[in-house]
Amino acid sequence: MTAAVEADGGVAAARRLWHRLTVHQKHVVWAWAFLAVPILFYVVIRFWPTANAFYLSLTDWNMLHKASFVGLKNYRRLVADPVFWKVFRNTFGYLIIGTPVSLLLAFLIAYQLEKVRFMHGLIRALYFLPFLTTAAAMAWVWRWFYQPLPIGFINDVLALVGLPQQPFLRSTTQALPSVLAAAIWAGLGFQVVIFMAGLRAIPTTYYEAARIDGVSNGAILTQITLPLLKPTIIFLVVFSSIGFLRIFDQVYNMTTNDPGGPLNATKPLVLMIYQTAFSSFDMAYATAQTVVLFLVLLVISLIQLRILRDR
Amino acid sequence: MRVKSRMLFGLAVGFGLMTATSALAVEIEYWQYTFEGRVKAIDALIEQFQKANPDITVKHVDFPYADYPTKVAASITAGQGPDVVQLYYGWVDGWLAGNLIQPLPKDAFPHDQIEKNFFSIVKAMKRGDDYYGLPTAVRSLALFYNKKMFADAGLDPNKPPATLDELVDAALKTTKRDASGNLEQEGFGVDMTGQDHHWIREVLIRQFGGAPYSDDYKSVTYDSAAGDAAIQWYVDLQQKHKVGEAGFMDTAQAAFQAGRAAMEIDGTFRLSAFGKITDFEWGVTELPSKDGNQGNYASYWANAIASTTSGDELKAAEKFLAFVTTPDAMKLWLEYAGELPANPAIALTSENQADPKYGPFLKGLAYAHTTLFVEELAQRQTQIDMVNHVLLEGQSVADAVATAAKAEQEVLDKYYKK
Repeated sequence: MTAAVEADGGVAAARRLWHRLTVHQKHVVWAWAFLAVPILFYVVIRFWPTANAFYLSLTDWNMLHKASFVGLKNYRRLVADPVFWKVFRNTFGYLIIGTPVSLLLAFLIAYQLEKVRFMHGLIRALYFLPFLTTAAAMAWVWRWFYQPLPIGFINDVLALVGLPQQPFLRSTTQALPSVLAAAIWAGLGFQVVIFMAGLRAIPTTYYEAARIDGVSNGAILTQITLPLLKPTIIFLVVFSSIGFLRIFDQVYNMTTNDPGGPLNATKPLVLMIYQTAFSSFDMAYATAQTVVLFLVLLVISLIQLRILRDR
Repeated sequence: MRVKSRMLFGLAVGFGLMTATSALAVEIEYWQYTFEGRVKAIDALIEQFQKANPDITVKHVDFPYADYPTKVAASITAGQGPDVVQLYYGWVDGWLAGNLIQPLPKDAFPHDQIEKNFFSIVKAMKRGDDYYGLPTAVRSLALFYNKKMFADAGLDPNKPPATLDELVDAALKTTKRDASGNLEQEGFGVDMTGQDHHWIREVLIRQFGGAPYSDDYKSVTYDSAAGDAAIQWYVDLQQKHKVGEAGFMDTAQAAFQAGRAAMEIDGTFRLSAFGKITDFEWGVTELPSKDGNQGNYASYWANAIASTTSGDELKAAEKFLAFVTTPDAMKLWLEYAGELPANPAIALTSENQADPKYGPFLKGLAYAHTTLFVEELAQRQTQIDMVNHVLLEGQSVADAVATAAKAEQEVLDKYYKK
């Protein structure tokens, strides 16, 4: 009985306190109440493990025995590891070729598609379809495309027009672009759709005014369309850069027999991390690589945001 | 009120019964990776075992190979993994370092019995004075050949190559190219990502007069004239004789199954997949010899007990491990999974030895070597890279061998110097 009275008293006190708050304060309390759930979730699922990874990169943890602190040893090993630098170059290769090529292609397609009325929806859907497909399945299909004769589709076409076979995935120079082509193709649909949304958001009155003034198509593109697409471009640049820096599925599935090969020609940082962690069980070294990847992602994103920001 | 108390009573009785039965019955978990024949074999063995031991339930868990070592390590470390677990013999050092498995108790598994009842390659599971696992079956390599292609090329389909020279000769005769020189059919399916890296290390290097490793497998010793000669011979298949190309039909075994490779070296485990071939007749023979020297590479998956298993579960796990390594279990395994019995007395029967399919593999076991890997994938990678350096980058064989030996030695040192 007494407990119930006390509880009632508590509730009553809380209610009085609530009524004393201004409307604005109430809004704030509600906002925090709702935000608390995702914040807590993020702290536990994201931030805490991230902080933990920073710590683990300074230890010799291998998942199996207790971690002991070793300072910057893993980072020194990383700097001295030729494979790491090869992989670092590959990762930037994916980024530096992948982002501009995919954006340019996506913009060209979206720009032209905007002008098409005939079967517009179907064509758009066809472009978007690869984005909905499982990366692994797609990678395997592309892997078969690149096979030598008699089963490789691309080499079949080359042979048909009298060109020599290409080694593609079996070459140290062609393998990375080959994997990248599949990755670009996979992400293209998404970028096209975002570009089209951006294009549609530009008020038609600008175009009408420009036409009345007799502005050329080229000038409309550079003076109206592209500047007004800037937010879309920023979003896509940052988004696709992060995507290419984190490339994994395509590489792993297209080179499963010799992951990241031949001779590490296609290996991105994420695959190196995966192998270090889950086939060598060298967890601490893998977390050091992860920290480097995190810093690279952070720096690249910040630079891009700064360069592309409206002044 | 009365209804409530009756319900409570019922619950109490229920819980009581549950705890009573669980004190009697033990459930243990058996883990392996997904491979049709092996999964069916274990299911059949569990059924027999549970009939003989009604108080023990064995839960069979299998999942894809790609996740296998990671998931096992993570689960056992977290204290909720398997009780009896399959591991590739080459992982034993890593698993031991991680404290994932425990030694087999000497009372239940006396060493003299182990040494008597298993092929000597079981020693790869011994560290110090303890055995850490026992195999049900062992696997070795042999040369598969397509009889139809042999006949088409004018070769005797019942006389497969017995020496390395004969292999090259047969491969040259069975290789076909189209008008532009594109490969249509390989004489010999080369595939470093398959079994060729084992063949090179434990067979070819020895046949060319070298040794791949020191006797304790702690030092790489193939960076020698003999090593160079062996790798040169292997690379020549692609560069000089042009009887095969890495990556043709994706893998050598795929090329063979599609009827586009006349020969291929593969393991016992390929028998079941090739058994489904209906388009042509194939045969299998011992690995080719050189100057009378024969060689083979044997490997196996062993059953081990997880480090976290104790008490009643440990007793049950010991019982189950003993059961799956009995002669009867081995016979069942041969039938279901096509893998050779790990007990010589069961394996080397005259019936088995005369078997056209198992025979060549069994004969190979007699002179097989077993590499003591410390990190199988990393060591395999050094060999793949070695051949790729020559094929793709035009490096000299001597340089590529030296690079590979150095890289593999680093892997070994990283482990042994810990």
